[in-house]
Amino acid sequence: MIALLSRDLALAVRAGGGFGLGLAFFLIVVVLVPFGVGPDEALHARIASGILWLGALLACLLSLDRIFALDFEDGSLDLLATAPLPTEALVSVKAAAHWLVTGLPLVAAAPVLAILLNLPAMGYGALVLSLLLGTPALSVIGTFGAALTVGIKRGGLLMSLLVLPLYVPTLIFGAEAARRGAEGLDWTTPMLMLAGITCGVIAVLPFASAAVLRVNLR
Amino acid sequence: MASVWEYANPKKFIETTDRILPWVAGLAVVTLVGGLIWGFFFTPADYRQGSTVKIIYLHVPSALMAINAWLMMLVASLIWIVRRHHVSALAARAAAPVGAVMTVIALVTGAIWGQPMWGTWWAWDPRLTSFLILFLFYLGYIALWQAIENDDTAADLTSVLCLVGSVFAVLSRYAVNFWNQGLHQGASLSMDKEQNVADVFWYPLIVCMAGFVLLFVALVFLRTQTEIRARRMRALLARERLS
Repeated sequence: MIALLSRDLALAVRAGGGFGLGLAFFLIVVVLVPFGVGPDEALHARIASGILWLGALLACLLSLDRIFALDFEDGSLDLLATAPLPTEALVSVKAAAHWLVTGLPLVAAAPVLAILLNLPAMGYGALVLSLLLGTPALSVIGTFGAALTVGIKRGGLLMSLLVLPLYVPTLIFGAEAARRGAEGLDWTTPMLMLAGITCGVIAVLPFASAAVLRVNLR
Repeated sequence: MASVWEYANPKKFIETTDRILPWVAGLAVVTLVGGLIWGFFFTPADYRQGSTVKIIYLHVPSALMAINAWLMMLVASLIWIVRRHHVSALAARAAAPVGAVMTVIALVTGAIWGQPMWGTWWAWDPRLTSFLILFLFYLGYIALWQAIENDDTAADLTSVLCLVGSVFAVLSRYAVNFWNQGLHQGASLSMDKEQNVADVFWYPLIVCMAGFVLLFVALVFLRTQTEIRARRMRALLARERLS
């Protein structure tokens, strides 16, 4: 498992792995928002937490097809599936690698980008904590979507259609926690719900992902 | 007593549904036409809502079927995963577009009703929002069926998607509830509580709901038969090409 994890991380970080693309996308989304809604700083401060969550979610979504597609094309996914490692562990490791490469940098970048959007000072803690708790769920759910569409040529758009509705609860609780933090309200309840969703998803969804991956590799 | 699983045999399924389909379809037409005419022309206008209240005869039954169609797909998907009866997977596939259309009807009639009553076509109310999300789930499910060429793979993948999607749909329902307070009223109709709807509106509404249920059953039977026959035809063509 550790070997697989380090292999995935190395592949992602080295040339052509697309590491940092998600981060650049996140930056661009945040830069484009003020152009879209106008230069009103009070408005930016109000929507900052929502925009950052949405940007992180979309950046996560864009990098999902990399989870399995490259391994599927060169056949290493078949080898991994026949290895003594259970498929459930395989998809969990894949999700973990995706989170380390995409989710964690997004969490680290969010406070910097929040400055651009004029987020109120008291909102930073809740924003970072909610992203830290929420992005693992995004990676795990995304792995399920990637496993569903791995056999389909040009399945990227289809995967977005499948994954985005599944992202709804995570987005609602995450953005709600961040918004309450920015407005100085108590954010305990949405944060706990978010943590609950993440834990539940990590515990249960790898079984579904492994099932569909086995079907696709049949 | 004959087991219910006998109907998992496509031949037996087609024979049986062929026999009862005309009755179901006929009853659906009778109850729908009867219920709608009764509701539209022979009930008094509500004292506050005027005649706009009559859209309830489309709105409530279609919303009911939008949810129950997904429930039926869930059961059919489970049967496919556990017992691998092809008819079950095909029935789930056949039900999806019907359910999606029901969701659209519920949303559109709701918007038409909401305009005069709430003064807005759309509000980000929990019920409205979760119906929109349900519609997205239907779209994803249908799109996945169409994207995969191998029938068995498609059935496997879509049934897992249906299971996972059901969990997330329920989760979204409560998340959305948490997110925003509602404009939509709570449930007025239920089996165990006291009646909230006056009898004059209640009886035609029941007839309309029965009509929508029968319509759904008839459409699913018909579409499942079509799927079975289409698949049989493909098999025959393939055999002919080989010989």
